[in-house]
Amino acid sequence: MAANVLVCIKRVPDSSSEVVLTDDGQAVDGRFAGFTTSPHEECAVELAVQVTAAGGGQASVLTLGDAEAVEQLRNALAVGATAATLVQAEPSTFGPADVAREIAAVVRAHEAEGTSHDLILLGNDAADSGDFQVGIRLSYELGRPVVNGARTLSVEDDHVVARGEGPEGTETYRVPLPAIVTVREGGVEPRYPSVPGRMKAKKVAVEERTPSAEPSGAKRVRMTLPPPVPSNVQILGEGAAAAPAVVDILEELGVLAR
Amino acid sequence: MILTVVEKELDGSAAETSLEGLTFARKLSAEGGGVPVDAVVFGEVGDDLRKDLAAYGVRTVYQVGGEAVAAYSGAGWASAILTVRQAAKSVVVMAPGSDRGMELMAHVAARAGVAMAANVLSFDGLSPFQVTRQVVGGAALEEMVLDQRPAVFTVAGHAVEAAPAESPGAADVVEHTPEVAAEDLVARVQSVEKLEAEEGSGLKSARVVVGAGRGAGGPDGFGDLEELTSLLGAALGVSRVVTAAGWRPHHEQVGQTGTRISPDLYIPCGISGAIQHWAGCSSAKTILAINTDAESPMVTRATYAVIGDLHEVVPAINEEIKRRRG
Ligand SMILES: Cc1cc2nc3c(=O)[nH]c(=O)nc-3n(C[C@H](O)[C@H](O)[C@H](O)COP(=O)(O)OP(=O)(O)OC[C@H]3O[C@@H](n4cnc5c(N)ncnc54)[C@H](O)[C@@H]3O)c2cc1C
Repeated sequence: MAANVLVCIKRVPDSSSEVVLTDDGQAVDGRFAGFTTSPHEECAVELAVQVTAAGGGQASVLTLGDAEAVEQLRNALAVGATAATLVQAEPSTFGPADVAREIAAVVRAHEAEGTSHDLILLGNDAADSGDFQVGIRLSYELGRPVVNGARTLSVEDDHVVARGEGPEGTETYRVPLPAIVTVREGGVEPRYPSVPGRMKAKKVAVEERTPSAEPSGAKRVRMTLPPPVPSNVQILGEGAAAAPAVVDILEELGVLAR
Repeated sequence: MILTVVEKELDGSAAETSLEGLTFARKLSAEGGGVPVDAVVFGEVGDDLRKDLAAYGVRTVYQVGGEAVAAYSGAGWASAILTVRQAAKSVVVMAPGSDRGMELMAHVAARAGVAMAANVLSFDGLSPFQVTRQVVGGAALEEMVLDQRPAVFTVAGHAVEAAPAESPGAADVVEHTPEVAAEDLVARVQSVEKLEAEEGSGLKSARVVVGAGRGAGGPDGFGDLEELTSLLGAALGVSRVVTAAGWRPHHEQVGQTGTRISPDLYIPCGISGAIQHWAGCSSAKTILAINTDAESPMVTRATYAVIGDLHEVVPAINEEIKRRRG
């Protein structure tokens, strides 16, 4: 079945190296390390592209962020999304309930304009704020069912079939569309953009919107960095010569039981 | 009143993270003048679990059952928690920071129209109720105010060490069969395929984990590491560079977007110790790092380290183990 799939992504600081905070302690500063899309959301984009390639429909992408977040939208367009919306706002002033409300506002506006979003995908949680809530709050905003933490999914006869890891094993959900699924890394490999993909992405007109309401905020007082941990490492040696010292430790720890 | 969601292991005992949650709840209770701690459990509460909950200071155990909650659904279970909340008159609703705990508390917060704090480490005061939580996979902390009722949050893994109460609770079991609206059951689990022993679950519970990162060098670079893993009866855990390159399957990934491990011994080989990896291994009791770079975060944070090429060090360790075993 053809399904229009909307993927909600977030521009996050690349925190692979050092994490620096902004001077006001309200956000992670990505000016030095650069920005990226969280891994969960890259997988969500990949799933959307696969679903629409298999059954038809359109994969579109949305973000709430500053003007530079267009970069993350273009990355998604370069791997197969065909439409993009930027809700331009300072993201650190928007809490998870605010973001869910703004996504819902765009979904309703698109619907009024004749474009439905049968399936909405989001990352399970954002790499920076780690709130775990936007997809679930969106489900209450829109009155649609939500499945959390899916690794793979497919659209079959007006339903989305989503699979993910639960406490006892792989769980399968089968939910009627329209529905919402939050995605976890690990089910699919996000593809790399091709050169023609990048060229095409540049030409897509990104729809710009402004927030529908003032944000109520994230209840954040401030962010801080954890104190540095002093190093207490005991160096056992260099190269192969250290092997006996290592095995002594393994014996001491009692992990060398025969 | 503090309502704590307790999750069970497959054998029906309380999950370690839930015992940590109850320990955290008791601290909160003590600070609040001894308000009771209640527990909500989905499904059967066996004798052993009831004893554990009593030992951890629980006053009332709400055992939630019935057709509506027999299969998991985030919305359905959250609606059940909110009816228990009403019965217990709870001002705090909390859960362990497991995937399911996060999901349930997000539903509870959305339904109640209040904020939620994920991955709380500590509370800094009750009026206003302020918490400190982990963000950016633990690389930064956020102080957050929970000024609405109920205060909803999840407790980060290892935020506190699980410890029984000084005086046990009554752990009276109250059976509760909630009615759940049909729309809350639309997204419910249809079927569960039990985990294969080697997929993830082994990694989570392993006493020893051998780790491998980019230093393995490629999909063929794991032979010696696999031998060490089997000599130690350990599990293999890898970094995201390894799974993203397709050298090993994702279920072996340790970290923020992989499995969180807490073995007695972790032996990361050729892993830099980026914060997102550290988020998954920081609760290992002992870390023995093998890395060419003495300045890498994994080495500086380790208990023991060997500086060198893993392709030389690991085979030498394997030989030494075999030699001593004779
Ligand atoms: C949102 C987000 C989520 C993430 N989630 C995870 C996650 O769950 N798990 C995870 O692991 N990462 C995660 N990452 C990625 C993480 O930031 C790092 O990129 C990754 O952990 C690095 O893997 P690595 O240590 O194997 O590689 P590198 O950082 O490249 O380090 C390789 C290390 O090996 C050493 N080395 C090289 N050759 C040898 C040799 N022959 N012998 C010995 N040592 C050698 C080097 O000195 C270096 O220290 C995430 C990133 C983001 C942004």
